[in-house]
Amino acid sequence: MNALFGRLSWSELKLFETFTHGWSIDTLVAAGAAWAVVLGAVAVAGWLTWAGLWGRFWRDWLTSVDHKKIGIMYIVLGFVMMARGVAEGLVMRSHQATALGGGVLSEEHWAELFSTHGTIMIFFVAMPFITGFMNYLIPLQIGARDMAFPMLNQISLGLTATGAALTMISLVVGVFETGGWTAYPPFTGAAFDPGPGPDYWVWAIVLSGFGSMFSGINFAVTIYKMRAPGMTYMRMPVFTWTALCTSILLTFALPPLTVAGLMQALDRYLEFNFFTNDQGGNMMNYANLFWMFGHPEVYILVLPAYGIFSELTSTFAAKKLYGYESLVLATMSIAVISFAVWLHHFFTMGNSATVNVAFGIATMVIAVPTGVKVYVWMATLWGGRIRFTTPMYYMTGFFILFVVGGLSGIILANPAINWQVHNTQFIVAHFHNVLLPGLIFGIFAGIHIWFPKAFGFRLDERAGKITALLWIVGFCLTFLPLYVVGLMGYPRRSSAFDDPAFLPYMIVCLIGACMLAAAFTGLFVTLWISIRKRDELAVPMGDPWDGRTLEWATPAPPPHWNFAVIPHISERDAFAREKAEGRPYVLPERYVDIHLPPNTPAGMIVFVTTTAFGFAATWWIWWLAILAILVLVGWMIVHSFLDHPEVVIPAVEVRRATNVWIEAIELAGEGVTRDDEVSPKNRGYASTDMLVAS
Amino acid sequence: MSARVCAAVAALALTAPLPLFAQEDTRGFLRPLGPIAELQRTELIWATILILLAILPVLLGVPYILWRYRRGNTKAKYRPQWEFNTKLEILMWGGPTLIVVALSIWLAQAVFRIDPYRTIEPEMAENMEFEMEGEPVTVDVIGLDWKWLFIYPEEGVASVGEMVLPVGRPVTLRLTTDTVMQSFMASGLSGQIYAMAGMVTQQNLIATRPGATLGTNTQYNGVGFAKQRAPVRAVDGDAYEAWLDEARDSDLALDDETYAILAQSGGLDRARSDLGVAGEGPVRFTLPAQSLFERVVARYMNGDAVAPEAQPGSPFYDPEAHVLPPAAEMTMEHDR
Repeated sequence: MNALFGRLSWSELKLFETFTHGWSIDTLVAAGAAWAVVLGAVAVAGWLTWAGLWGRFWRDWLTSVDHKKIGIMYIVLGFVMMARGVAEGLVMRSHQATALGGGVLSEEHWAELFSTHGTIMIFFVAMPFITGFMNYLIPLQIGARDMAFPMLNQISLGLTATGAALTMISLVVGVFETGGWTAYPPFTGAAFDPGPGPDYWVWAIVLSGFGSMFSGINFAVTIYKMRAPGMTYMRMPVFTWTALCTSILLTFALPPLTVAGLMQALDRYLEFNFFTNDQGGNMMNYANLFWMFGHPEVYILVLPAYGIFSELTSTFAAKKLYGYESLVLATMSIAVISFAVWLHHFFTMGNSATVNVAFGIATMVIAVPTGVKVYVWMATLWGGRIRFTTPMYYMTGFFILFVVGGLSGIILANPAINWQVHNTQFIVAHFHNVLLPGLIFGIFAGIHIWFPKAFGFRLDERAGKITALLWIVGFCLTFLPLYVVGLMGYPRRSSAFDDPAFLPYMIVCLIGACMLAAAFTGLFVTLWISIRKRDELAVPMGDPWDGRTLEWATPAPPPHWNFAVIPHISERDAFAREKAEGRPYVLPERYVDIHLPPNTPAGMIVFVTTTAFGFAATWWIWWLAILAILVLVGWMIVHSFLDHPEVVIPAVEVRRATNVWIEAIELAGEGVTRDDEVSPKNRGYASTDMLVAS
Repeated sequence: MSARVCAAVAALALTAPLPLFAQEDTRGFLRPLGPIAELQRTELIWATILILLAILPVLLGVPYILWRYRRGNTKAKYRPQWEFNTKLEILMWGGPTLIVVALSIWLAQAVFRIDPYRTIEPEMAENMEFEMEGEPVTVDVIGLDWKWLFIYPEEGVASVGEMVLPVGRPVTLRLTTDTVMQSFMASGLSGQIYAMAGMVTQQNLIATRPGATLGTNTQYNGVGFAKQRAPVRAVDGDAYEAWLDEARDSDLALDDETYAILAQSGGLDRARSDLGVAGEGPVRFTLPAQSLFERVVARYMNGDAVAPEAQPGSPFYDPEAHVLPPAAEMTMEHDR
């Protein structure tokens, strides 16, 4: 301990672990990961310097409050963290394939891996992905220019990045928490783990938790208050509906987690006894708080993916969505019931039979609206004209695999069975089964759909389809065998097993994990090929898929101000109807100046100060923690005294940009039919399938 | 074909290929040793069958729809404006609802029937059609890092790393830990229940045929977690008495001092070397005082702070500092 560096010392640096701890696969993996983080950061900074892009990066991205750019940054953050999560998965599967009586990794390293993998995949991959999509799409789908609170939006991103940064720093300096992503005390309490690990976890979760809650409030207010005139609730696109439900869940579900994290911090730093063994502490209160967040969290993540699947089926079947009202009702029911099921994460706590029955039944009830959703998507495809694009591949994989996840979910809802499979690999299989096909397939399908909107060119279909197939097959091999070993009672988080019968399953899992790693690489190969062929794939006119919702009625990429004039909405899927009636793309009669919020460094200031605070609090560097808070509060005060003049886009400029776009469309004459959807003829001006039918 | 035969056939079909190659004791509840695990297996199979009713339409329907309504197929009728059908809606909402109602009734029955807190009594034996006879057995289970301590207070013995139960006699386990939270599961007999310091949970079970299963900790508790598995053996009455007699002949007495050494972090091998017992495998003790379990629970519940040095499982733990409250001071609640 010293005043300057707290409890930080050189020995905490993991870069040279192979020298300090001796050569082994274990230390090599640890040191390699640490170097990957450092070199990765240096490479990005070096490239920005070499290309002279720091200025543009700062002005156009880091300080931008444009919801589209913030959305893209969320998704990029998600991918960066996913690279680590996938690599960790691969390392863990390699370990388990050698785990008959041992395994290549040390016990501590193994524990750190399953804890960071879970924490990262949930909080810094899945959350940024869905927040990114909601950011990008909500204003475009409801006909707004930006979020209700653009600066708060940027601050949310800053806080999420803080959490991600702290977990990345833990790879280089010190260790992360080792009690799993749920971090149950008292194992993570000061008596059993005084080290920096649980502190890294606490600050990563608490700080990013604030960010997610702010996002929820921001999105909900945006949807409540900023819909274009005429867009009643029942005219909103289904993705927006799911986004609204998710926003409500974010607002109410994140606080219990943040509170649990802060109570844990009080236990650890100030010797409170909320969750300790002695003095009346009760770790089951933590379990309750955690899962009061944890269960709605599942729906926070999966509802927007349901939204994407809804848009996807109706777009690629060239058909109205079947049962819009049912879908909305189902979504809302899920959102509400999701708050009443958290106890099914600990049927094994010793609750009375009545309590277990009540929560078991509540859990099964959620299966009803979820089942309805799956049937609604099938009915949407019924009577359509289905195009087998990459998103449809993901959709198919989702259909088949997600119902298997639903099956295991309902099995788990029965406490009598749950007592046997709780905390086993069965659970691991179940939640990967729901989150990979349910959420991640939805996200990747969504990326194929909206990437052309955001960047102006489509993604290569062939590479995309190969990648999708790799995801689907890789998933099956990696996770389905876990159901079997789980039923045989193989505990989750277990670094070793004694029964040779498990070995073949673990080897299949490893093969699957290699395929998933290849699939992840496939995403970047797809991107690389698409960038090289971007002229051929360009869709500047903005509607490559014969889309139905408002965002397709803008150029690709959309201008900063989204819409030249705020549209008036007279019905659901208004753009689809306009196309079917042959009157899309009407020039506005009158243009007015557009006022947009100015750039601000707020997000970056919050990011830097909170990261410094989290790091300092973890290592007990008190002067830095206090300084970070003072800078943040000081900046808030200063900020409130400054003028923040809005950026004004003159009407002339808006008219010019709009005319360029509309003239290009008029020049194109005929739109491209769906037969040529994935050919270079597709420039984003769609001749609609709907026209033929109506 | 009666439901029972159906279940047996389905059980065979579901489980046969999978754990065939597994060791006997790691087949979990797929090879039950008693009526509770058996009911759990039956629940699993019937729930699976019933849920298949809801998901088969998806598994079969999706490929069909995708094929029939592919864009290239001009024969299929294209209906872009079709968006509602009352009958279909009723089916969509009604089907899953009916299945969930059926499953819920089932679930409630099973949970009330095999609630871990419900003592195994003759009425239950009659309902679930199993044999029971003889006095109930109480076993106190203390989770230590990374081994299970089984105390037989009425018999005056204790065992680390192995639990032996008599076939046919009802068993009540009372569980706690003297470290972080753990979860005990002897899956061939019944499901799991959490064990927490300063708290007592319960698990009632009965073995109806001899055999072995694994007493596993399923809640991660540190680097020795994977090794925290103790064989749980169900043996006939005579073998059980013989086992108890052997334990009563043990040179080791589980007094406060021995317990404090035993409690420190480490697996079975570590415990043996700490206690100076040669060989390997489970260790049996005589039990000088019946109340060890109650005192371990009470040490966290008397309102005083328990320093990390006195908490087994903590990196600061020092067996010298481990103090158990005197038996007289104890207060303990047996209810939940």
